[in-house]
Amino acid sequence: MSTVILLAATGLGLGALYFLVASGLSLIYGLMGVLNFAHGSFLTLGAFAGWEVARRTGADSWWTFLLSILIGAAVGALFAAFTEFVLIRRLYQRHIEQVLITVGLALATVALFEGIWGTDPVFIQGPAWFKDTTELLGARIPNDRFVCIIAAVLVLLAMVLFLKRTRYGMIIRAGVENRSMVTALGIDVRKAFTLVFTIGGAAAGLGGVLASHYFGYVSPLLGGSLLIFAFIVTVIGGLGSLTGAAVASVAVALLQQFANFYFGLGDLAVVLALALVLLFRPAGLLGRKS
Amino acid sequence: MTTTRTENAGLAAGSPAPSPRRLRGGKDSDGGRRKLLGIGGGLAAVVLLALLPLLNLSLPGILPGPTYTPGSLQLLAMCLLMAAAALSYHMLLGVAGLLSFGHALYFGAGVYGLAVILSNLQIPLLPAMGLTLLVVVILAHVVGSISLRVGGIPFAMVTLAFAQAGSVMVRRNPGGTTGGEEGLALDTANLPDFLVGVANTRNLYWLALAALVLVFAAVSWIQYSRAGHVAAAVRENELRVRVLGLQPYLAKLLVFVAGALMAGLVGMVYLLLQSGAVPRAVSSDFTITLLVMVVLGGVGSRWGAVAGGIFYTLLDQRLTALANSEAVAGLPDVLRIPLSEPLFILGTLFILVVLFLPGGITGGIRGAARRFARPRGGQPGRTATAATARQIPEEQA
Repeated sequence: MSTVILLAATGLGLGALYFLVASGLSLIYGLMGVLNFAHGSFLTLGAFAGWEVARRTGADSWWTFLLSILIGAAVGALFAAFTEFVLIRRLYQRHIEQVLITVGLALATVALFEGIWGTDPVFIQGPAWFKDTTELLGARIPNDRFVCIIAAVLVLLAMVLFLKRTRYGMIIRAGVENRSMVTALGIDVRKAFTLVFTIGGAAAGLGGVLASHYFGYVSPLLGGSLLIFAFIVTVIGGLGSLTGAAVASVAVALLQQFANFYFGLGDLAVVLALALVLLFRPAGLLGRKS
Repeated sequence: MTTTRTENAGLAAGSPAPSPRRLRGGKDSDGGRRKLLGIGGGLAAVVLLALLPLLNLSLPGILPGPTYTPGSLQLLAMCLLMAAAALSYHMLLGVAGLLSFGHALYFGAGVYGLAVILSNLQIPLLPAMGLTLLVVVILAHVVGSISLRVGGIPFAMVTLAFAQAGSVMVRRNPGGTTGGEEGLALDTANLPDFLVGVANTRNLYWLALAALVLVFAAVSWIQYSRAGHVAAAVRENELRVRVLGLQPYLAKLLVFVAGALMAGLVGMVYLLLQSGAVPRAVSSDFTITLLVMVVLGGVGSRWGAVAGGIFYTLLDQRLTALANSEAVAGLPDVLRIPLSEPLFILGTLFILVVLFLPGGITGGIRGAARRFARPRGGQPGRTATAATARQIPEEQA
């Protein structure tokens, strides 16, 4: 029983990381039709920024951790906004070129990160509490899992509130639904593009700092490895659906953890689940029928 | 979809009707002459390439030594193979407009399939190659039939996921068959003698050249067959093809499987040339490399794919040499770090080409040639479609 609980908690922690990446991907795709291969680089840069903050401020206190989270999210957001503003915007409505640009950006930035921080993983220290475990129903669960889960839930709530309660949130939702209509109503939907990229980048940067604590290290390939599963999560959840991304990240991460523990085939199980979803619901679990 | 449109609108706009006439080199004398020129130029290039191992040419700065030395032949053979691999990717992206991120799966299936079969079954090379191709075809059918249920960007994600599963499997080393991260050395016990050893690099070079010619011929044949025209029409407007009573799914699946088969074939020659299989051959990085080659060369053009493959391979090799050179090591950090990462330069170059040179190398050359030939902009009143349609004869060359 305690094994199951431990696996579930670890899976939820991993699902939280997937969600932080997939939510941005899904919103960006839903609004703009861009598959963002550079999203992993937003995450990696956020993680390295968080690590630099922790290294420079020295202490492994809670304040350092909070500061590194803030800086990581801010760096991710800035990088994402820059990407949208300088590169993506020039290729408005040309989806394949936009994907190619993000692919090139991912190639170039990963190489650059390797040049700056080296190819080897950099190990990271968090507040001492992260190293401890909490006993829950007989299972000893590492504390950093809870931090990831709480952060992802907060991000999900903030995103939902933002989308439902604010004017810009409304524009984004309307744009996902029918962009040409929003444009026809005289609303400059391009501001929403930059905004969505910024939000996605912030979530990815935050996810990067948390991922570095979850895995215990930062490496230039951290983002790329999470990105592939985030792609799978967005397809399974339904492209453009935030709730779908949340449900699918938890489902995919749990499936991966359990299949890995019992059969050692976590990654294959995830791809198999993807194939099944595509065969029976090509639009994804919560996606709109196209 | 739009990537290919700038370069390729002519293929669909100039519907299948006029193309058979052009293929036979009939009335369109301009096109016929260009086609003859192209075929002649292609033949001359192949003859020259075939003679290279017998010649003593030096290209300082590009090749490590004279053309008959094994080192140069190895690099040249790699260029030819990458050109062939890029051509197989051109089938997907250039012909059918399918943005696949899983093409490395079939290349890797060729590499690892042949390596595993040669080291586990005691059969000669040719049956082993046949068996490997059978595996590749079955794999491509399974993955293709599932992933073609979605189109556009979701297709890209799904192919990526399948390729990732393959990559993970190879790295996991199931039952000790793939050698995990270390890769798998080529078992030479059942290979013919003329393909083994550094002294026989030129035989491998000729094999790579043969593979490139074969793949080029196959791509041309499929691209200008009826199925190829249907696939190209699907790329431009799937709904219209469906209304005409044709089946887009089958045409796309055919192109997908044909591209995978060619990638598998190239992968097998790659294994013989490198005398070993490494996990990078199955990784998504390799697919992205192919994508970069095709886009650098010019999407939609066969010569573009060939040029992109050769250009990328040479540039990658040169940039790696530059990164390790003394001159770079002495620079301040701001310059040294970017210059010592070949992929950073290639990635930046790729972004610049996508932004400013949508037709890639071939598009750039073509544009320059057109400006040179008609300084005053040609006949007035010609529409954009007519202008792009004129490119077809050149492309068929």
